Amino acid sequence: MLNTEPNLAAPDDFYQELIALHRDLTEEQSALVNAKLILLLANHIGDVDVLRAALAAAREDVAP
Amino acid sequence: MKTYTQPVYPYTKPTDAAGTPRSWPVIVVGAGPVGLTAAIDLALRGIDVLVLDEDDTVSVGSRAICWSKRTLEILDRLGCAERLVQKGVRWSVGRVFFRGEEVYQFDLLPEPGHHRPAFINLQQYYVEQFLVERASELPGIDLRWRHRVMGVTPLADRVALSVSTPDGEYGVNADWLIVADGAKSAIGAMLGLQSEGHVFHDRFLIADIHMTSDFPAERWFWFDPPFHRNQSALLHRQADDVWRIDFQLGRDADPEEEKKPEKILPRLRAMLGEDARFEIEWASVYTFQCRRLRSFRRGRALFAGDAAHLVSPFGARGANSGIQDVDNLAWKLELVVSGQAPERLLDTYDSERTAAADENICHSTRSTDFITPKGNVSRTFRDAVLLLAKRYAFARQLVNSGRLSLPSTLASSPLNTPDRTPFAARMAPGSPAVDAPVTGGEGNWLLDYLGQGFTLLVFEPVPTTELLHDMAALAADPIACESVLVGAAGDGPSPGVRAITPASAMLSERYDARPGTAYLFRPDQHVCARWRGFDLTQTRAAIARATGQYVH
Repeated sequence: MLNTEPNLAAPDDFYQELIALHRDLTEEQSALVNAKLILLLANHIGDVDVLRAALAAAREDVAP
Repeated sequence: MKTYTQPVYPYTKPTDAAGTPRSWPVIVVGAGPVGLTAAIDLALRGIDVLVLDEDDTVSVGSRAICWSKRTLEILDRLGCAERLVQKGVRWSVGRVFFRGEEVYQFDLLPEPGHHRPAFINLQQYYVEQFLVERASELPGIDLRWRHRVMGVTPLADRVALSVSTPDGEYGVNADWLIVADGAKSAIGAMLGLQSEGHVFHDRFLIADIHMTSDFPAERWFWFDPPFHRNQSALLHRQADDVWRIDFQLGRDADPEEEKKPEKILPRLRAMLGEDARFEIEWASVYTFQCRRLRSFRRGRALFAGDAAHLVSPFGARGANSGIQDVDNLAWKLELVVSGQAPERLLDTYDSERTAAADENICHSTRSTDFITPKGNVSRTFRDAVLLLAKRYAFARQLVNSGRLSLPSTLASSPLNTPDRTPFAARMAPGSPAVDAPVTGGEGNWLLDYLGQGFTLLVFEPVPTTELLHDMAALAADPIACESVLVGAAGDGPSPGVRAITPASAMLSERYDARPGTAYLFRPDQHVCARWRGFDLTQTRAAIARATGQYVH
């Protein structure tokens, strides 16, 4: 099951590192880094039910 | 072409031009790889076959070049794989490059103990020529060149054809018609059949070049290479020092312009280097489609190969799946023509092979989406996968430069008898037989002992008089089943029984076999039932089920 309860020990630190990851990158490079990050995390999770729940949650509130 | 001279096959004037149309049990339209394979398989089963082809030679250009292990195994059963293997180039390693660097390599046949390699590369014209020569050895085949089908009338008890030749038209009747007339099936069009699926808009240049080179016999695939930016390229070695090169050209390429040598040569020089010495043998610009007919059976017309389904070339799933189509069809048609099985057995040709076509189309479409990403997001993910694949094993399984043809497992076929005792999954009912080394009187591979008819394989049985009596009875049934005993100490020959000895533990490991385990194979070498012990009644019931005696 996708864990949507608080799970980060230091959320502000993580958020800062996530933003810093993209420093000095073009939009295109940022998109590539994000894609690599998604693939790395998806493989780490592995469980297809969790991944599907995350895919669905990511699309919430985003209408085409 | 420098390396190959197209044979011209003699036109024969129809002898049945006048009077009542002659009737054939089976007529095959199209003497390509699929139609010829069908005709050979049927002739070996004692069925007279008329083959009609509008042309008088083999394929122009190399076209299909990658022949899979399963295709070679089918052609072994038909007595003509060895020539292909001798002439062709064996390979099992593929390499993937992204921009200037190798990302990873893969081996399509990582385990030993198989007779045939994962793939051979051989130009389609050689395969057709060898099949024509095999067909001409068989008395049951009447192969007519420059006989073009102009009209087809489906009737309840036959299909009536009108055929045009240089000497005029004649009529002929088929109890059953095998339609193997290719991607632009004229018969399909005459019957008003439409196929459903996707058209892809990217254009590809395909070039055969003659070049002496020490590049290895491997499949090399480039994403976004320095010599062809933002597109893909593929290199394959074929027989006679001919190399196949595919260049993705994009959507806006002009096919007529791109075919010109002055456009092709700079592309090739950029890829192969200024010093490479080569000549262009053949070139073509193509787009492709992934689609299939809704049903591969229309009354007494049975569609096979490209006439039934189309895939992209990435994965070598076109000709290979067409040959699997007719491997599936020939034995069923034999049983129906001889009155030993009901016509509805042919509905399972449709259900089994449309399922296989869907599997091929699914793989082929996914490969195409990876190779030619639509839009920025698709391309970003594609590039992300390729960048990660260079460093991390997990991403390599996401790289899709073509999922290369493997035979379909007919898992949901109504012809299967489901397992009633636990077995490892690998050889579940519906699976094509996996090869293993053995010793025996007819060859050193398991597959030498399977096929044509039903075959029962029993591991280390106690060869009692009763067992041998039951096996003799199976061999004498109207739908005969021969038995092969693995590693049994016997007193000599017994009717309907052959003996083999495993050459290693591979056989019993691959089949999850214990003493007494029995596998029943269909005439196309697919498993249709398996048990932990032999039982005559259950074996007969499984054969009845596998021949459509009670399809549900």
